[in-house]
Amino acid sequence: MPDTTEFKEVVRPHLPWLFGLACRLAGDDAEDVLQDALVKAYRHYDQLRDRQATAAWLRQILVNQVRDRHRHAARHAEEVPVDQDDESTSLYRRLVDEDPLPYSDSLHLDFLSCFTIPDVWAVLDDLPDHYRTPLVLVHMYGVPTREAANALGVPLGTLLSQLHRGRQRFEDALWAYAEKHELLADRQGAL
Amino acid sequence: MISCADAVQRLWSYLEDELTATDRQAVDDHLAFCRRCCGEAEFAAELRHLLASAGEVSPPLPDDVESRLLAVLDTFETFDDAETADSADQPGGNEEVQRDS
Repeated sequence: MPDTTEFKEVVRPHLPWLFGLACRLAGDDAEDVLQDALVKAYRHYDQLRDRQATAAWLRQILVNQVRDRHRHAARHAEEVPVDQDDESTSLYRRLVDEDPLPYSDSLHLDFLSCFTIPDVWAVLDDLPDHYRTPLVLVHMYGVPTREAANALGVPLGTLLSQLHRGRQRFEDALWAYAEKHELLADRQGAL
Repeated sequence: MISCADAVQRLWSYLEDELTATDRQAVDDHLAFCRRCCGEAEFAAELRHLLASAGEVSPPLPDDVESRLLAVLDTFETFDDAETADSADQPGGNEEVQRDS
């Protein structure tokens, strides 16, 4: 087994962002998932050859843990959600068609400016895991699509499809959230 | 020339710079004449920026959580020590078993 003190020194600086990522991917299970990931990292510490790659290595292990947990949950779910490939209207087109901010000169950009960072997370947190996880990894943490596909154990085409549908679901959810929380009404008053 | 649906389908990969040169050129050609898809592209770019901004804000790591996370590793150290001690005792233990039998 590796030296515990040395291992702690290596991982400690990464704990804040690892915990953040774990919260985004695993919600209330974040601490458990991260703990499992750290134990696994400790056991396989000898596989880390390049210290410069520590962050990517730890991220890969954490994502593996999240993926295993999601798979386990899916096996025990009564119903596995499967989306059909649809051609839903894009949020941009809906904004142009419905014109919710009639006095805006830059409607689509003003719409997005209604959302705070906590709003964005609230919308994301309501998405199913198989959509939220790719979105978080690729669009929020900047993981390249090939690396994300590898980390999630899916073919690149599957990941790209999940990203595409996930963005559609995210856009739909943004609109619903704005209506529910009357973000547009507040914005109309400001314009 | 690709359709609006095809152009919109490829917009995010276009923004992520993950298209082949041919596909990128096809999107560029489409955007050069389609005003609505330019709006889609501008909106997608802003949405991408919003997501990236949210990714830069992490929930804080509470001190007690950090302590618990690292404390688990100490249990391994303790376990290792015990294991080492066990293995050091092993020959004697075996002798004792042999004596008893």
